[in-house]
Amino acid sequence: MLKIENLHATIDGKQILNGLTLTIAPGELHAIMGPNGSGKSTLGYVLAGREGYEVTEGSVTYNGHDLLAMTPEERAVAGVFLAFQAPVELPGVGNANFLRTALNAVRRARGETEVDAMQFLKLARARMKVLNMADDMLKRNVNVGFSGGEKKRNEMLQMAMLSPSLALLDETDSGLDIDALKMVADTVNSLRGPNFSALVITHYQRLLNHIVPDRVHVLSAGRIIRSGGPELAEELEATGYAASVAA
Amino acid sequence: MTAVSTTGAAAFLARHEGLRARLLGAQTDWVIAMRERATVAFRAQGFPTRRVEAWKYTDLAAVTGSVFVEPLTGVDDGLDLPATTNPRAVFIDGRFRADLSTLEGLGYAVESLAVTLPTQQHRLNAMARPEEQALAALNGMLFEDGVVITIPAGVAAGVLELLSCAAQSERAPAYHPRHLVHLGEGASLTLIETAAGPAAARYLHNPVFEIEVAAGARMNHGRLQMEGREAFFLSTVYARVAAGGTYDNFTLNAGARLSRNEIHVALNGPKAEAHMNGVQLVADGQHADTTTALDHAAPDCASRQTYKTVLSGRSRGVFQGKILVRQIAQKTDGYQMNQALLLSSEAEIDCKPQLEIYADDVKCSHGATVGALDPEQLFFLRCRGIPEAQAKAMLVEAFLTEAVEAVSDADIRASLAGAVAAWWQHQGIESA
Repeated sequence: MLKIENLHATIDGKQILNGLTLTIAPGELHAIMGPNGSGKSTLGYVLAGREGYEVTEGSVTYNGHDLLAMTPEERAVAGVFLAFQAPVELPGVGNANFLRTALNAVRRARGETEVDAMQFLKLARARMKVLNMADDMLKRNVNVGFSGGEKKRNEMLQMAMLSPSLALLDETDSGLDIDALKMVADTVNSLRGPNFSALVITHYQRLLNHIVPDRVHVLSAGRIIRSGGPELAEELEATGYAASVAA
Repeated sequence: MTAVSTTGAAAFLARHEGLRARLLGAQTDWVIAMRERATVAFRAQGFPTRRVEAWKYTDLAAVTGSVFVEPLTGVDDGLDLPATTNPRAVFIDGRFRADLSTLEGLGYAVESLAVTLPTQQHRLNAMARPEEQALAALNGMLFEDGVVITIPAGVAAGVLELLSCAAQSERAPAYHPRHLVHLGEGASLTLIETAAGPAAARYLHNPVFEIEVAAGARMNHGRLQMEGREAFFLSTVYARVAAGGTYDNFTLNAGARLSRNEIHVALNGPKAEAHMNGVQLVADGQHADTTTALDHAAPDCASRQTYKTVLSGRSRGVFQGKILVRQIAQKTDGYQMNQALLLSSEAEIDCKPQLEIYADDVKCSHGATVGALDPEQLFFLRCRGIPEAQAKAMLVEAFLTEAVEAVSDADIRASLAGAVAAWWQHQGIESA
């Protein structure tokens, strides 16, 4: 259970989150929608533990733990996964080496046995087949020379391999064609279950045609100004954010 | 009786004066002349100060302020040499140790200079320039031994190791081995050189290499500088490459309190190549200097240099790289890149690339970057559950990849990977 209460956050002294309150129960999938600059990405970063953001008020607990007191790696091990809007490139770091290191770090911290190179390849190839990824993506350096779509596929591969209990998708749909969009949706849907919850941050409703959320929230100026069921996303698509913000 | 200085250039000059009659080759006219030339050159220059352009960033005050003594010969206090399956020449405190070396059944000659000096007149000082490089002068004045490797034309010698170890001692020895390597036409050799010593011992290791690569020959020279952390390592390598030959140097500069790797390569025949790559790993309290001088003296030659320096704690790094393209050296293809990664705000690097081009039809490029670890990359790795220290290690390794991948010889690459991992592990212990 993720519980965000009255969250205020600043970056470089600029107030971005302004009293955000949100609870996501296990098994639930929530969508946060909002115009540019409303604080959507900041929310993802603050939850994942990126440096530079200062929480000035409020709290975030995850399964009873103070999430804000944890390092990014502790959060990851606890099950939080942030899918980046613009995944960074890592020249010189092989994708297979990176993925196996991450998988084993998480497994080690969770008290599970580490996987060797052969076991890893078997696991990764099975996931990659589902994601329709070429085998050579493992041999390449992490995200280096990847197209936008390939980077997002790689994010989904990481998510599928690390089996998080809370996925934060930061505009993962931006810049994707319909096939890639469906790939993202399929991956998220395949993880859905009583022990998986997700927060889908998006500007557009189109991803939500494929990932049907339990709740939809509208973020404006760092606060949630409206909440509703999946139909709210459709309404926003039809009327735009301005109507909600003005209301 | 006048007091004799115990430190600095005067101490070494006095030592030469005192040992003169007993030095290697003291009865041989040409050696006497060579020693005299070196002595005159060293007396004129002394240890270089920072006022000397080539030494602007490396201060030898710690060397000139230390008292050094002659190494004892034949001292063996149970040195624990690493195992190897390769043939290996072992030097302890600068002296060849046949009893510790394994050199049987080679199809080429590996000898001690102390034995073979009388026949080395044409090779000794064939490349060294004592009037310009004071440390080569110091070496010429006091060398007592060295390895002499001779690969006959057409022979593929495979891998040979050269291990130079400092003995465990409180005596602070200084030694100046002169190593001579000669590859005949079309010959090849992979020389893996390791310089090491006890962690807390103070000593000065001042080797000079003179390496002759004849036409079509190939020399892979892997150097692992892992001297003890109180040591001074001042090394000068001269290599001369004839037409179609290749000199491929990879240096890991990781040990010693103060180190200087000076490499002079002359490409003297058409289509000769030089590959000079290196990694400097510099931790708290260390100073590491790589200085290269590449002389394109023939047309159609190529040179590639990639140097990477990682600095942590309060440390200093230096890279100086000069490329001279003479007028005759048309169609030269030169490339030099040096990059530094600063892991601490107290670390510093000085970089000085220098291109001097007199030919008009050349392709020469160089570049330099200095930076810290990218916080976005670090955050990304940590977001995937990788602990901060391990994430940093991955990014440092990634930074070094380009230089390491440039090493064409698999044996050298493997030795290097092991050494880098060991260094990093040590960093983890220090920062923990």
